[in-house]
Amino acid sequence: MGGKRKKSGNDDSDNDNNEERGQKKQEKKKTKREELLPSMIKNKEKRSELHAKLKRQKKLEKRAKHKARDAAEKRALELGEELPERKVPRTIENTRELDETICKPDDEELFAGNDADEFSSILKREQTPKILITTCRFNSSRGPDFIKELLSVIPNAHYYKRGTYDLKKIVEYAKNKDFTSIIVVHTNRREPDALLIIGIPDGPTAHFKLSKLVLRKDLKNHGTPTSHKPELVLNNFTTRLGHRIGRLIQSLFPQDPEFKGRRVVTFHNQRDFIFFRHHRYIFESREVKKTDAKGKKVKDGASGSGPELKAIARLQECGPRFTLKLISLQHGTFDTRGGEYEWVHKPEMDTSRRRFFL
Amino acid sequence: MQHDEVIWQVIRHNHCSFMTKIETGNFCRNPYNVTGVCNRSSCPLANSRYATIREENGVFYLYMKTIERAHMPNKLWERVKLPRNYEKALELIDKHLMYWPKLLIHKIKQRLTKMTQMRIRMRKLALKTREKIMTAPRKEKKRESRREEKAEKAALLDKAIEKELVERLHKGVYPESEIFNHPLGKYLEILDKEGSQAVEEEDEEDEEEAEIEFVEGYDELEEEDDMEDFGASPKFESQGDFEDDDNDEEVEAVGTKVKRKTDKIAKRLDKVARDSKSKKAKVVVEMEREDADERQRVVQ
Repeated sequence: MGGKRKKSGNDDSDNDNNEERGQKKQEKKKTKREELLPSMIKNKEKRSELHAKLKRQKKLEKRAKHKARDAAEKRALELGEELPERKVPRTIENTRELDETICKPDDEELFAGNDADEFSSILKREQTPKILITTCRFNSSRGPDFIKELLSVIPNAHYYKRGTYDLKKIVEYAKNKDFTSIIVVHTNRREPDALLIIGIPDGPTAHFKLSKLVLRKDLKNHGTPTSHKPELVLNNFTTRLGHRIGRLIQSLFPQDPEFKGRRVVTFHNQRDFIFFRHHRYIFESREVKKTDAKGKKVKDGASGSGPELKAIARLQECGPRFTLKLISLQHGTFDTRGGEYEWVHKPEMDTSRRRFFL
Repeated sequence: MQHDEVIWQVIRHNHCSFMTKIETGNFCRNPYNVTGVCNRSSCPLANSRYATIREENGVFYLYMKTIERAHMPNKLWERVKLPRNYEKALELIDKHLMYWPKLLIHKIKQRLTKMTQMRIRMRKLALKTREKIMTAPRKEKKRESRREEKAEKAALLDKAIEKELVERLHKGVYPESEIFNHPLGKYLEILDKEGSQAVEEEDEEDEEEAEIEFVEGYDELEEEDDMEDFGASPKFESQGDFEDDDNDEEVEAVGTKVKRKTDKIAKRLDKVARDSKSKKAKVVVEMEREDADERQRVVQ
């Protein structure tokens, strides 16, 4: 607050005499002391009074700033000048810590690696994915419901009761039966809380934390999906590890989606959280109000100047909704003792909130 | 010096640091106790002649003490390794405790049986894989859930998905035969064709006539509710006549009626008619309808 007042004082008195200068100095001292104070005043009434004052000042400042900006924009518009650039807000995504493994579009090494990895046979459509879904030993309540919905989301998935089998035995069994992946839903306190995805025969094992599970029946205005093969949207998997996880997820779904079904399954990575959504969509064309080039539009052959149409997709959510967070990625199939880990989440990785791994 | 009776008196009636009293009875914590119960016959301290079995690293040993060695505590216990085989171990016990009280022998054999069973069970359990219970620190859990919430907000999921889908549409990922509601290019082609036809027709007609046709189109709208499924159908803005040919006579009759009515109305203010029409159109609530209007205007 003090700073502001001081500034305005400066503007007024560019060439004032010594006396005033002296006064200003005094004021400066005073304000400096005041600036320190708000949190240090012990009397609550005084403190809150000052705080309110400061807050109000800030608000006014902000409003003035916005007003000035809007005015400048308007003036520019009238004069036909270029609009002053809007400032881009700083977000966590903008200011993410640099990760040298973030893949560029022309990364030969990555493509070579992709061709050689465990999923390439599925992704090149040499093999159709076949998924085995099972649970942890004790499974009840929301677990089975969740699995039912998973079965409806993932085509060619088969549920097997866990019984008391070891996971290694199950992996063996799946190898013999030509499955390509195993999904293990882990339940804790009758709530699914982890997901283990194992590539078969020698794919990696990814362990995810599962949270915020919302089942279909709890979604408002949910749709019922058809049995068409869904298409897949994988967003924001940028780093090496991210690509690998993306390919692991991709290998769960058939590579020849039936677009007729208009089903889309999304895995959206944001700040290392992978959001799963399942939608039905429909394309529609909607008018764009402004005729200037903004966004994608359909070229209107009849008349260029008329109302232009823009394709939009309307979405209806169906199926479960949940969030995954990678805990570990293991080379080879499930083996907690002798397994070699490619990546493990450790607590010391959490030291910065701008560091992401996917 | 060694007097069992005195020792027992002290232990039982004064204090014994090995004794534990619980609701079910008095038990003994002394590792040399055969039965684990606190009584005169199975007290390892108050019996100068005593034997027991102990396990050390999976191997069972028979421990024996006699009164002759009572004065040298470091050599008090004589230890014999028992073979792994249960039968042989029993034989060995019989051999070593040949003239010992029958009760003690019996108790030792019982203990051997129990311990063998325990060993078998332990080995079985060791082979089994068991779930490891991990801690989930509350602080981290809370932090993660907080960040997750924020990340979800930052993700703008619906927007991101829509953007991706539209992008795919423009890339031409979807074959036109499969997305039946939106073969946009084709659809527009048809639209253009219809539009040019309309222009030709409209050249001959007055504005009033055009309005009449509008109303017809509106009437048909109601008939055509099931056509909505095909998106903004191109037929809305194609003239009513065109439609009438396809539809049955009823529709046509309605159309003519409306024509008469609207002829009268049309003699009044055009604007009023237009307003009412647009209101009616809004009652039906059709985005497509409005689209069609717009398009027609363009065509004109």
